[in-house]
Parts: sequence; C-alpha cells; structure tokens
Amino acid sequence: MLRTEGLQLAYPGQRLVDGLSIEFLPGEVWAMLGRNGSGKSTILHALAGLRRPEAGNVMLQDAMVGAVPRRALARQIGVLLQEESREFWGSVRDYVLLGRYPHARSPFGWSVEDERIAESEIEAMHLSGLGNRPFVTLSGGERQRARAASLFTQRPAVYLLDEPLQHLDLPHQVAVLERLSGEARNRGAIVVMVLHDLLFAARYCNRFLLLFGEGRFSVGPADEALTADHLGELYGFPLMPVEIGGERLFLPGRQSGDMSHV
Amino acid sequence: MSRVAGIVVLSLVAATSVVIGLAAGSVPIPSAKILSALVQPGGDAISDIVWKLRLPRVLAAFSCGALLALAGTLMQVLLRNPLADPYVFGISGGAALGVMFGMLLGAGTLMQTGLGLGGAVLASALVFGLSLRAGNWNPYRLLLTGVVVAAGLNALLSLILVLAPQTALKGMLYWLMGDLGYAGNPLPALLVLALLFVVAMPFAPAMNVLALGRMKAQSLGVAVSGIEIVLFGVAAVAAVTAVLVGGTVGFVGLIVPHLVRLAGFADHRWLLPGSVLVGGGFLTLADTVARSAWAPLQFPVGVLTALLGVPILLLLLAGKSKDAAH
Repeated sequence: MLRTEGLQLAYPGQRLVDGLSIEFLPGEVWAMLGRNGSGKSTILHALAGLRRPEAGNVMLQDAMVGAVPRRALARQIGVLLQEESREFWGSVRDYVLLGRYPHARSPFGWSVEDERIAESEIEAMHLSGLGNRPFVTLSGGERQRARAASLFTQRPAVYLLDEPLQHLDLPHQVAVLERLSGEARNRGAIVVMVLHDLLFAARYCNRFLLLFGEGRFSVGPADEALTADHLGELYGFPLMPVEIGGERLFLPGRQSGDMSHV
Repeated sequence: MSRVAGIVVLSLVAATSVVIGLAAGSVPIPSAKILSALVQPGGDAISDIVWKLRLPRVLAAFSCGALLALAGTLMQVLLRNPLADPYVFGISGGAALGVMFGMLLGAGTLMQTGLGLGGAVLASALVFGLSLRAGNWNPYRLLLTGVVVAAGLNALLSLILVLAPQTALKGMLYWLMGDLGYAGNPLPALLVLALLFVVAMPFAPAMNVLALGRMKAQSLGVAVSGIEIVLFGVAAVAAVTAVLVGGTVGFVGLIVPHLVRLAGFADHRWLLPGSVLVGGGFLTLADTVARSAWAPLQFPVGVLTALLGVPILLLLLAGKSKDAAH
C-alpha cells in the first residue's frame, strides 16, 4: 500500500498541493488530471521518492520512500517518466533489459530469467522485429513502447506513469492501458498515471485525483470526479457531456475557454 | 561475433600494436628478436634498445591512450553527451599552465609534474565548484563552465608562451600538442591505469542505467550521487595522469569510445575494457608512426591524433545525423 500523509509540494512562489493525504490501495487504477503546470509530474516524482516533499511523507507499506534503499525501492515502485535522456547507445533489447537492473543478482550479466521476461515484454509491445535495432534510431512512438516494455520488465507492485500514452498510436494506447488495468486486477498492483485523455481515464481508472492549481485538489471515484462542471472548472474550458451506449463522454465546447484567470 | 571473442580480438590488436611499437624505429628490429630480448634481457645492443628506449616509450603511449579513453568513456556517460572529452573540467588547461610555468622557471621534471598536477586540481576544483554552486547541478552547466574556464586558461597559456625564451618555446609547443618524448618511467601511469580500471568496472552496470539520466537511473535503483562522485573522480585522475605523461593529446578520449561502441560494445561492461584496449593500442601505433615515419624528424603524437581524429569525428557526426533523420 502506498500512502501520502499531509503531503505539501511547492516551487518557489508556487504552491502545488498542500495537505494531500491519500491511500492508494492494491488493485486501484488512479488518474491524475489537471492543467499543464498544476503539479502532476511533481506529485508523481514525490510518490516515487525522486523528490523530497516540502512537508509531509510518502509511505510505502510502513516505510518512508525517502528512507528505503534505492534498489529495494526500485523492486517495488516502477516509474515511467515523461522525459529521459536519449543518449542510450545500446540496442532496444539492451534498453528493455535495464528494467531488470534492480532485480539483477550478478553485475556481470543478465540471468536466463531476466532475458526471458524482457523478451516476452518486447513481444507484448510489438517490438520483436526491432530488438536488435539501436535504441536511438526508434521513432517517438516506438521509443515510448520500448519504455513501457522496460517498465513491465521491472515487474513492480506500484506503477507510476507520467503521460504513458504520449506518442502512441491508438492500438498501442489501448494495449498499454489494458496491460496496466490487468496488472491491477490480476496482480493487485497499484497504478497511478497522469493522463490528458478523459475518455480513457473514465474507461480504465477507478479513482481520480484532480489538481486545480494553487494547492487545491479533489479526490474521488468516477461518478464524483467526472462531471461536466467539475472538469470544466479543472481545465478552465467548457465541456459537454454526451451519452453513447451507456458511456458518458465529454466533448470540448465550441467557444474558446476562459484563459483569463491563468 | 560474441562479445568475449570481440574483447579477445581487441586484446590481440593492442598486443600487436605494442610489438609494432617495439619493432619500429631508427634501428628496425625483427619481432623474433624482440621476443627473445624481452624474455632474456641480455647485455647486447638490441636488448638495451628494447628495454631502455622502446619499452618505456611504448608503455607510456599505451597507458596514456588507455587513460584518455577510460576518462572519455566515463565523461560521456556522466554528462550524457557523446561529445564530452576527458578535458571538460579544464584539466588539460590547468595542467598545461602548471607545466608551462615550471618550464618558464626552468624547473626540473619532478617539479614540473607537481606544478601540472596542482594546476589540474585547481582548474577542475574551480569548474566543479562553479557548476555545483547553484545547487541542483546539471551536465550542461558543467560542460559550459568547463569550456569557459578552459578559454581563460588558454589566454594565460598564450601569455606564458609570449614571455617564454626562444629556447624553451619548442619544448612547450610540443608538450601542448601532446608529445610522449618526455614521458619517462611508465610504471606509475600503468599502475594508475590498473587501479582506476578496477575501481570503475564494478560500476559498469550502473553506468548503463545512468545514460538514461539521473532521475531515471534513481528510479531503477542506482544511488546516483555517490556513484557520480566516484566516477568523476576516476575520470579526473585518469585525465590528469594522461596529461602528465604525454601532454595534452587530443581526440583519443573523444573518439575511441565512439569507435568501440560502433564495433558493438555499447554495454559499459564491455565498453570500458574495449576502450582501454583500443585507446592504448591506438596511441601506441600513432606514437610509433609519429616518431619513426619521418625519422630522424620526430613529430608530436598529438598532431597525428588530431589529423586522424578530425576526419573520423566528421564521419561519426555524418553517421549520427543520418540516425537523427530516421
């Protein structure tokens, strides 16, 4: 179980969240929604123990994430960052295998098991034909698939993902989301992801953290969080609810949103 | 070709370059005689040439090249920049300033080495201090600070060259271009090379992850800060040692890691030993050519590495922009 206790995050002159106390339970799939710069990535980094909070704690089981040794933490928490260095000079297979780094028993090579896991994740992300290609030659979408494959190779109990769908085509967006919800359902994993797609958020997530900026936030299940008023306020943009086949969608309104308060 | 076979081939290439270095010179020696002279050091002339002249020179070249390649490999991954070279901390400028100052004063070799070491330590401390001062450090600030400090040190170097007497000028210029003519006893450099290699190798798996950036590496379980400090230290000591052996030899530390990666050794567990072997072998061969091809004229080896290095680098850049266009 992952838990925040009175979490406060801020940049000089800007409060992102204050007093955030949430329990993330096994099997839950969370969507973090909010406008650019509302603090989604920063919260994700704090949850991953990659950023020290201004106040409050992030607890994994009963230990503060900042106090858990890095390698032990990496066996529990897997992170898909929004950006990473592109200067990886090895092959796609080498890249995906790095997900086994926290599990590796010997510094001198990967075990058969490591290689088997990586190979199956490469296949699951439809990268089989690209395994030997230099990682730097991949297209944006292929690179994102390789990053997802590497994360799944890590086999963490907690998935923290910053815009996991970026650059992906529609089938691969669905493939990644299906896989994540499967991890939550079948393995009891906790999934927390930053999303900008309301349709997929509604379809695949069961808990929502909405960040309104200036430290304001709300937490709740779909029927509380996903209302036209709520989301309209969140994005500062009018949204129209539409019912299709029993599923509620939100279409962006016609007039340009009121950006004046930004 | 498997990686083990690859490393065996690179070892053979490095060993061959050493044998060629021993054989070539104003007195050509057939390789059979080299081996017998190496195994049985007798009092004859050939044995003297091999043991007292060529072996020290060849080993100095090998250790200098290997140290530069090791430092370059580390810098490139630490700064996530394929164009980083061992001198980014202003180490070459600092050491050069120290050694030139020693030459200007007419100091002895030991004193010059000491001054060079002091200059390198001061320069790298300055670059590190300035780029760390702002708190959250990033590779770009370190690179830029290094470039700016190096420019300042170059100005001071020019000043020393202007002030230097005519007689000292040639030695200074040779040193600045990179020259193994004054290398002396190669054993300390070889020991430093062995020690640094042993220290760096256990971190090779972490280096593979570090290439993805500090935050990603942390998220995969690498204790980034501690490892970075150790590896920056290793790279700095390697660069300083290389500079004190052979002056500021350019391009070896920049290009050798690229060549080894192109040969299929992107994994640092293989890249580090590969770079050490190729760097050492490359500089040994280059130095052999520099001192024997136009004998009795002896070129500073740095001129040769630059002449070879520039076209290689341009080819690599052309290949890289093709990759980027993908």
